[in-house]
Parts: sequence; structure tokens; C-alpha cells
Amino acid sequence: MSTLPNPAGEQQPRDASAWARRDTHTLRIDSAPSGALNINVDGRQVTSPLQGFGQMWQKTYRLPLQKAGVTPAEIIAAWKIHFDEFWPANSRFFGPLTGIAPGEVALLNLQISGLPLSTGVLVLYADDESFTLMTPQGHVFAGWITFSSYVEDEITVVQIQVLMRASDPIYEFGLRFMAGHRQEDNFWKHTLGQVAKHFSLEGIVTVQTVCVDKKLQWSEAKNVWHNSAVLTVFHTLRTPSRWFRKPQK
Amino acid sequence: MPETKIIIQHRSVNGIASIIDIQGELTAFAEKLLMDTYTTVSTPTTRAILLNFSGLEYMNSSGIGLIVTLLIRVNRQKQRLLAYGLSDHYQHIFRLTRLTDAIQIYASEPEAIMALRTLPNAAEVKPRFQGRK
Repeated sequence: MSTLPNPAGEQQPRDASAWARRDTHTLRIDSAPSGALNINVDGRQVTSPLQGFGQMWQKTYRLPLQKAGVTPAEIIAAWKIHFDEFWPANSRFFGPLTGIAPGEVALLNLQISGLPLSTGVLVLYADDESFTLMTPQGHVFAGWITFSSYVEDEITVVQIQVLMRASDPIYEFGLRFMAGHRQEDNFWKHTLGQVAKHFSLEGIVTVQTVCVDKKLQWSEAKNVWHNSAVLTVFHTLRTPSRWFRKPQK
Repeated sequence: MPETKIIIQHRSVNGIASIIDIQGELTAFAEKLLMDTYTTVSTPTTRAILLNFSGLEYMNSSGIGLIVTLLIRVNRQKQRLLAYGLSDHYQHIFRLTRLTDAIQIYASEPEAIMALRTLPNAAEVKPRFQGRK
């Protein structure tokens, strides 16, 4: 059995250090990084796909890197360090100073259909070959995103897998009827392309989309009260000084 | 593709429930085996699936994702998913990922089987998927 002894002398599985060690679902931000808008994370609870409203989707974005010459561990190490640099323009990831590590909370300032969105993520899991971010209440979707790399048929593959439900009816409408899913696909395709570019490589991203559950969870429609997009817009309207601030990258 | 380091077996409890024993490493590579096992044990009279995690040695976030997708399949069949045998560490992960909102956790197999008494018994269960006559 693959176990490590912990200080108490009990056996711990080898994944123990990879998972967030938190006794609460509630996120706390002690101090926001300079330039980050922090209005929808502190005090919010993390949400799995079970707490979302919309249809449940599993989306897998894969990019095989031909003649890569890099190991999955090297890719994930670089991805953790340069995570924010791989995102599209107008989207910012304010990672913790300690880097992407289990239990850390990061702030996100995004632009969705031209509107600002302030939200965040919890680093749920992180090991040498993958890491997973879990979303809080009010995020576009309830669920998690796993970034990983592995070798398949002697080819190194980088992969992003999202397991999600739209958090509330407004987001579900946006995903279904306002090209939200397409925007998300483009976002992650761009990210994978940037990962490859970092290693001076390129490739074609494939997308596999599976509807895991077609049903809506009407009991979770109340999540709309936490909608971070709506709250961010209200916040921006109340603070006109932000209207003229250019996004920093 | 890395080899799957998991053994999944199944047992019937009393005609209305089945136990799926999970031993080894629960990762994305266990998906086919786990889902195939569920397909095997899920019959029109099955009311509950019990996951036995007492042999679980390793689980990453993809493993948690597998349990979520299994839960959706189980709910679609109007069955219940129960779990037992989780170490303190894995119980913590179930709570953190909020799986405990939907999956009842029990300390042992006898406790989980006792909980099945709250389910409708086999005699009350009408067969589903009846073919056209």
C-alpha cells in the first residue's frame, strides 16, 4: 500500500499532501493583490457540480505535443508558475504569492461579453502532474477544472477538463443562448495554445463535450442571489473611478 | 496511457442493492471499469449502490469527478448511492468537495446495509423498462 506515516504515526495515503486541508467550505482572502478587484470571494462557499443549477457538462480539451521532449511534470511545473500569462487578454488570474498550492485561494478578474466579472477559485488539488481549481458561489459555473499532462502512445498530452453546471439561471441562459459555451471553449483552447507556445511547440486542440446530466436543478435557482457578474456590474456602477482604469496585464 | 492500478469487484446484498468494492487507485483511468461495473450491477430492481472504499489507496481530483458522474447515473435510475469504509482523509475530501450533500457516508458495511431499511423493499418495486407486448 502506498502510504506515508504522518506525525501521529497513522498511515496517510500519498495523495494526502495534494489535497486542500480546509475544515470549511468558506473562502477567506486576507489581502487582495494590488490591482485585483475582490468583491465576490471572501465569505463565499466553494461549490461542486452538485450545487449548480444548469445542465452538467464534462468538457475535455486536449493538445498532443509532437516531439515535445518535455515530461508531464515539467509542463505542470511551468504551468503553475506561468498560469496567469497563459490566459487571454482582458482576463486576469491573481494567484497567491506562494503559487498554486493546495488550499490557496486566487482572485479572477474577467471580461465576459464585455462585462466585468470578479470571482475566484480554490486550489482544491495539486500534485506534480495535475492541479484542480474549484469555484465559489457566484462563479459562472459550479464545479472544477483540472489541468493535467500525461504521456499517451509516447506523446506528451496537455489537457484541461471541466466538470460543471451553470451556477444559476442567468448563467445557464448565457451559456446556452449567448454563445457562452463557445466563449469558454475558445478561452481554454487559447490557454492550451499558450502552454505549447511556452515550450516553442504547437498542435491542434481537440474538444470532447459530454452532457452528463440534461436536467436543471431548480432547487439551486436561488444561487442567482450570489451572481458575481451582476454584483460586479453593480459594484462598478457604484465606483465610477473604475470605469476609466485600464486593465493591467 | 498509464496502466490502471485498481481492482473493482461487486456483490449483491439482497436483490435491491449491490456493493462495489474499490481497491487501489481511483483516477481518470478507472472510469471505464467503474462505469462498466455499475452497468453490470444496475438492474430494474436495484434501489441502491454501496461503494466500499476500505481498499482505497489513492484518489486524485479526477477520481472525485468519477464519483460525481456515477452519482448522476445512479440518480437517473432513481437509485441511491451510499459509501462506507472511507478513511478520515477521504471523508475530509468528500466533505470538502461537498459530495456529502448527496452521498450518505457510513462507517462500516453493516451500518450501510442497515440504512437500506429506509428504502422501498424489492416487493414494492415495480419493474421498469417493460417491453411492448
